[in-house]
Amino acid sequence: MLVVIVGAGRVGSTVARAALAAGHEVSVLDEDPLSHERLDEGQATSWEDAGGRFTVGHAIEVGALEEAGIQDADVFIASTDGDNTNLVIAQIAQRRFDVERVVVRVMDPARAGWYAEQGLHTICPTQAAIAEFKQVLDL
Amino acid sequence: MYVVIAGGGKVGWNLARELIGKGHEITLLENSRRRYLTIEEELEHAVQYGDASELWVLERAGIQRADLVIAVTGDDEDNLLICQIAREKYLCERIIARVNNPRNLQWFELLGIQPAVSATDLILRLIEHEVPSYGLVHLLDLPAEQLEIIEVEVAESAPAAGKAVEQVALPEGSLIISVLRGGKGFVPNAETVIEAGDEVLLVLDPGLEEAITEQFAPNGRSPE
Repeated sequence: MLVVIVGAGRVGSTVARAALAAGHEVSVLDEDPLSHERLDEGQATSWEDAGGRFTVGHAIEVGALEEAGIQDADVFIASTDGDNTNLVIAQIAQRRFDVERVVVRVMDPARAGWYAEQGLHTICPTQAAIAEFKQVLDL
Repeated sequence: MYVVIAGGGKVGWNLARELIGKGHEITLLENSRRRYLTIEEELEHAVQYGDASELWVLERAGIQRADLVIAVTGDDEDNLLICQIAREKYLCERIIARVNNPRNLQWFELLGIQPAVSATDLILRLIEHEVPSYGLVHLLDLPAEQLEIIEVEVAESAPAAGKAVEQVALPEGSLIISVLRGGKGFVPNAETVIEAGDEVLLVLDPGLEEAITEQFAPNGRSPE
């Protein structure tokens, strides 16, 4: 299974390492070359030696997405730090490249909720934090 | 008409001013505090502070009753999302989006956001029209109707030069609609002979540009 992850921040890079460790093929795209360090962090071998792929490029550029292998992706994860970027590239993955499973991170609960209603698989860390706070505070 | 404009840059601010001058009701949304304060000195209550891709900001601006939503921020993803939400969530009938990078135009088309206006693209087309030696000029594109009108200058060495219209090997789905010769345009008939130096207008299905170039300007594209 090929997993393409756009945005190698804390979330993206950790999910990438977990997917690779689970035996999947993993390709990561990020506009910042330094984000590669997060993929190597705490690993015995480098990301590439471990079998991972890394592409430097803008998430919305079709050339970068194709270099990262979006056309062959079974799973597409949008986890850049921009909600709008994530929502746009997730729809590109769905509609242009027919990726079967698309998961998108959206920080804003309102947008996450509405796009989920439209059929996107959204993950909202803000909503998760709110729920956890409520639980801790017994609200 | 009530118009919501997202993005108080040069385009957004000037648009707001012009539309207010024409008697329309405007709300301009700007998410930089400093920029907002500058604009507010002139536009007063017609500008609001906030991120136009947040639903509550759009609702505060009264997007539910907007006749037109214009997204002209400097960020193509933002413009795409704002227009998509305006149309699909708030059922706004008219939207206009600005495309900053013409390479992103395809994503606006993919998500059905139209019209999408790219200044770079418009200027490029003007340049191409000013410099006919570039071969083939797009005069009009109607992507939804699958039709375009192009102009091409007939080169000396072109297969079409010296031939009657009926003899020119035009691809299926194309038609010569006008010939410009010596500063005058006319509609040709089957016997009209195409001469080198003529500017020929054709209507065609998209995708036939290459076949047309072969007939009229085989060495096309590069300037002399």
